Amino acid sequence: MTKLTARNVNVFYGDAHALKQVNLDIRQNEVTALIGPSGCGKSTFLRCLNRMNDLIEACRVEGNICLDGEDIYDPAVDLVYLRARIGMVFQKPNPFPKSVYDNVAYGPKIHGLASSRAEMDDIVTSSLERAGLFEEVKDRLGAPATGLSGGQQQRLCIARAIAVCPEIILMDEPCSALDPIATARIEALIDELKQNFTIVIVTHSMQQAARVSQRTAFFHLGDLVEVGDTDTVFTKPVDPRTESYISGHIG
Amino acid sequence: MAQTAMAARDEARPSLLAVAKGRRARQILGERVLLGFLLASSLVAILTTIGIVFSLLFETIRFLDAVPLLDFLFGLNWSPQIAIREDQVGSSGAFGVVPLLVGTGLIAAVAMTVAGPLGLLSAIYLAEYASPRARGFAKPILEILAGIPTVVYGFFAVLVVAPFLRDSSESIGFEVSSESALAAGVVMGVMIVPIVSSLADDVIAAVPQSLREGAYGLGATKSETVRDIVLPAALPGIGGALLLGVSRAIGETMIVVMAAGLSANLTVNPLQAVTTITVQMVALLTGDQEFDSPKTLAAFALGLLLFIATLILNLIALMLVRRYQERYD
Repeated sequence: MTKLTARNVNVFYGDAHALKQVNLDIRQNEVTALIGPSGCGKSTFLRCLNRMNDLIEACRVEGNICLDGEDIYDPAVDLVYLRARIGMVFQKPNPFPKSVYDNVAYGPKIHGLASSRAEMDDIVTSSLERAGLFEEVKDRLGAPATGLSGGQQQRLCIARAIAVCPEIILMDEPCSALDPIATARIEALIDELKQNFTIVIVTHSMQQAARVSQRTAFFHLGDLVEVGDTDTVFTKPVDPRTESYISGHIG
Repeated sequence: MAQTAMAARDEARPSLLAVAKGRRARQILGERVLLGFLLASSLVAILTTIGIVFSLLFETIRFLDAVPLLDFLFGLNWSPQIAIREDQVGSSGAFGVVPLLVGTGLIAAVAMTVAGPLGLLSAIYLAEYASPRARGFAKPILEILAGIPTVVYGFFAVLVVAPFLRDSSESIGFEVSSESALAAGVVMGVMIVPIVSSLADDVIAAVPQSLREGAYGLGATKSETVRDIVLPAALPGIGGALLLGVSRAIGETMIVVMAAGLSANLTVNPLQAVTTITVQMVALLTGDQEFDSPKTLAAFALGLLLFIATLILNLIALMLVRRYQERYD
């Protein structure tokens, strides 16, 4: 089932045409990987999906992006609710300068998801559990989150995103600042999370795309060159540009 | 062609050592002169600082020969009168610094009550809300405010603010001295606004964008992001900015000389006249003075006290700001 549809999406940064006529469907409960060389527009596209590009003054988005059939760029859309439904995990772990507990509790708090302390405790505990972090931090929920290791911080950021109960989680190179062991943990986690969430992940690592995703979209110079089942894209790419990228010739 | 040119070049090159001999003496001399000049320039500043600190220290020690340290630090009376003739009435001066400290603190507190919120709120506006155009307009104006000579603030306090406070409070039945701590403090606060706001602006702008994005990504609104994430993250640096404001307030002289009183009242009522350390130093040293009387020496003791206080405040403030910056580098 299609969760998000992008139709004729064009993005401009001032005069620069960063994304050209992108059409892409994101299917529910699947991991969709966006790959491509640096500057190809994959992160730009990801940030269109929760309107994070709104924060950039010179950025202009044209075209249609629909979540369950509703245009997310409709001026009447409530950004707060949109971002509650589409969560995001960033490239560099960015825990807030608060305790582990408060980091996870922040989203539910601003969205009013817990009516009592006990409910909040439940949300925090279950989010940390689902992010595979609870066992490691259960004795220091009150400690500053910035004291965790990089991999733990990134899982905390995933827990923070999960705590709001989004339908979609956008991940922007979530492992690029992590070592291989922490990366493996996150990848395993992504695989589990797709039971309950729809995931879109931007990655520089083709191996990672091949390991975690069901569908892969290849971007090049602002064009969506090819999209298909991950197996097909990596074994029988249609476009010669995809072929040369995955065999290491461009990018 | 190219080959002959290269050959010619290689022929023409003298050995390294031959060149070194000719050039060396001149070069070394040049380098040394330059180095000496640079060193001397920086030494001037360092030696002046050391000289001032020691002169303060020695004169203070002389002062403490005449007035016991405990009387100076904890005395509740300040009336630095010294007899010109031996048999004059009221010849024994009182050098208790507590009223001056309270007065200085009171005016600084009034000033920070004005400068803290105004400076902070304008910094939040500039760093988080202002469009580049508004920022390009407001920043220079704040800098102009910082460039106004304090003497101008001083007569503004005396001629405008103090009479206004006195008249308007009289009309509602309050007695306000025309040299109230309030008038001096409010004007001083306006003077300090740009200091606090520009420092706090830098500190807030240094909060990593990734934290803001993290909050927006969770669906936080702009004001929630600023209140819950950006300000707590910037808090130590903001503390530093406020402390530098305080340090500026207690060292400020011209405004209080013009707008605060001379009489050393021991009060925390901002409607009354108080005096400050800086005002008394000016008063002690203006006019014809003997330079060995406790009265003039007291100025040095006050100077040392002020120096120590601002030094400590500045050190704490710098430490806070630096620790904060390290956290996000």
